[in-house]
Amino acid sequence: MGTEIYRDVEVSDLPASQRPRRAQRTTTDAAVRGAPEHYSESQNKDKDPVTQALGWFSVALGAAEIFAPRAVARLIGVNEDEHRGLFGVYGVREIIAGVGILTRPKPTYWMWNRVLGDTIDIATLLRAMRTPGNNRLRLAGATAAVLGVTALDIACSVQLTSEKREGSGHDEGSFMLPETVDGTQLLSAVITVNKPVEEVYAFWKDPANYPQFMSALDSVQITGDGGSHWKVKAPIGLTVEWDAQVVNDIPNELIAWESVGSDVNNTGTVRFRPATGNRGTEVELQTQVKPKGGPVGAKIAELFAAVPKTQLMNDLRRFKQLIEVGEVVKSDATAVSGMHPARPPKYSEMEA
Amino acid sequence: MRATCWESPKHLKVEDVPDPKILNDGDAIVRITSTAICGSDLHLFNGFVPTMERGDILGHEFMGEIVEVGKKVKKVKVGDRVVVPFPIACGACWSCQHDMWSLCENSNPNAWIAEKMMGHSPAGVFGYSHMLGGFAGGQAEYARVPFADVGPLKVPEDLADDKVLFLSDIFPTGYMAAEMCDIKPGDTVAVFGCGPVGQFAIASARLLGAEYVIAIDRFPYRLQMARERAEADVTINYEETSVLEALKELTGGRGPDACIDAVGLEAHTPGLQGLYDKAKQSMRWESDRIGALRQAILACRNGGTVSIVGVYGGYDDKFPLGAVMNRSLTIKTGQCHVHRYMKPLLEHIQNGDIDPSFVITHKMSLEDAPVGYDIFNHKEDDCLKVVLQA
Repeated sequence: MGTEIYRDVEVSDLPASQRPRRAQRTTTDAAVRGAPEHYSESQNKDKDPVTQALGWFSVALGAAEIFAPRAVARLIGVNEDEHRGLFGVYGVREIIAGVGILTRPKPTYWMWNRVLGDTIDIATLLRAMRTPGNNRLRLAGATAAVLGVTALDIACSVQLTSEKREGSGHDEGSFMLPETVDGTQLLSAVITVNKPVEEVYAFWKDPANYPQFMSALDSVQITGDGGSHWKVKAPIGLTVEWDAQVVNDIPNELIAWESVGSDVNNTGTVRFRPATGNRGTEVELQTQVKPKGGPVGAKIAELFAAVPKTQLMNDLRRFKQLIEVGEVVKSDATAVSGMHPARPPKYSEMEA
Repeated sequence: MRATCWESPKHLKVEDVPDPKILNDGDAIVRITSTAICGSDLHLFNGFVPTMERGDILGHEFMGEIVEVGKKVKKVKVGDRVVVPFPIACGACWSCQHDMWSLCENSNPNAWIAEKMMGHSPAGVFGYSHMLGGFAGGQAEYARVPFADVGPLKVPEDLADDKVLFLSDIFPTGYMAAEMCDIKPGDTVAVFGCGPVGQFAIASARLLGAEYVIAIDRFPYRLQMARERAEADVTINYEETSVLEALKELTGGRGPDACIDAVGLEAHTPGLQGLYDKAKQSMRWESDRIGALRQAILACRNGGTVSIVGVYGGYDDKFPLGAVMNRSLTIKTGQCHVHRYMKPLLEHIQNGDIDPSFVITHKMSLEDAPVGYDIFNHKEDDCLKVVLQA
């Protein structure tokens, strides 16, 4: 359960500051080394032989298309003189992909590039089959051959993509953004506000404040004892509602809530930490949405997935305006929903 | 009300639009008595600033009388005569409290667009694209002014509009350009561009004690004004002579201690380099034509300062970073923090140290705004500064 990462946060787990600090330098670990014994620039000797072969195949086919377009045309059964320019373009594409595959240590991108090229080739061949005067039998043979290569290309690309990235280990002192956990939507955004942490915490302590700056929220009603009832605006006039419960609350450090008994499992955590140099408080908001099975839940999760990070960030900006200025700042263009030029809106537009 | 609206590049219309309304409790509505066309408005006019939309009201240099205030406004009241600074600033965020008003963290409701293009967002600006907030501008009969207690400066009745209007932008901008040069006794300052901001940069370099001020442009009437009104010591017409050679000659080969770029993204450069920039910009392969900035950097003496107040929009190439790095140049730049300079510069005006109205060459009615843009853009009729009055 991805949500557990929030529920289980204990005071003792939280460092005084969440900010990654420079790791202690160790003197015992000698970092300086000489040149490696077998230095190889291309480092492709441990590359999968099929990938390697596809790279050479790409280069060879490309060269044939550029230097012997007539022979290639004959072989696949199209008019020898009509498509020489096209062969040249396709040939260059093949050579670029081939060189990419042969020279990169991990040519994931270039293998997928080949898959894309295959798709174009197949489309071109199918089109050529409909053109009168071309040898359809040879074209069918060529198409079958390309389909075979495509299968290999896809297999290699998928293999490369699924291989674990090297060097992605979590070194102490290296910082990585949080990633999606268990296929759930994890969004996070952070902002610094020019207010002391106590004031910021007090503001977030009351979920009834949230609809003022969270654009998706219609209303939040407090039901008592850390519980609240949330209403979200959904497209085509629908509303989605659920009950939320505060599951963790550490004064001036963290508030975490979680939905209870609805089609969508929604969790949120807001963390507070004093910014360095009296710059106020850093507020980090993380939200996570996970469907609780069933088609309705899945649909709703999809809806939430469409809420991009930009919206979460905009929510935080409105929160900053509220706490620093006292209200959400509007311009002529943003005072009404939808596109509006930078000119005063009409009263009718403002009511809509 | 009537307002100057952007329709499409090079096409403006003075139209009937709804009157402005109080949208936030800190707003005021100003009845505009004088407003001006800024050189940076020409970048909008010519279509080089992204995120403009049909119907946007232009204008960020304006002043007038307050006719309505929101319920939280305390320091100004209906009837006050005010000049409005072009950047919109809240006064409450860290940047405002550290005197960096054009970097206000709360005044751009479209910060996310600016963030996508520039990494972080600056303050909102009146009538200057949706990326900078989508605020209606001041080339109109009325304007809504957010944070009325923070920005607008009350001005004494005895000072005419012409004398104080430019506190809204170009006088502080020119002054900040000179201030960023960190002028010391004996310093030589070269000012690239003798438009209105360039004129105020020259005059301000004088106020701040520069010993020798060199002004560069291509229009004789502008160079003449630089010598006679802004008090430049000497001028260079870059269409007649090589600027880099001339600046070396005038400074004993050292180069000016500081160079000010008061030109911005539509620089004219003679020769092949100019053609190259123009072609790339017109195909949108680079955002800005940076010819003047290149020269300012190459001309500056080793260890000197390049101060940029000309407006730039995006990503540019052939930027001589090698010269900046190897010759220990300092680059200082920014949209003017107008709020910082309004009061001290008003005092300079009241003391008679400077009368900013010397830059005005044309006065016309708001209805003629499109004509004003056209002659200013083409530098026709010796146009330097157009003031519009409703």
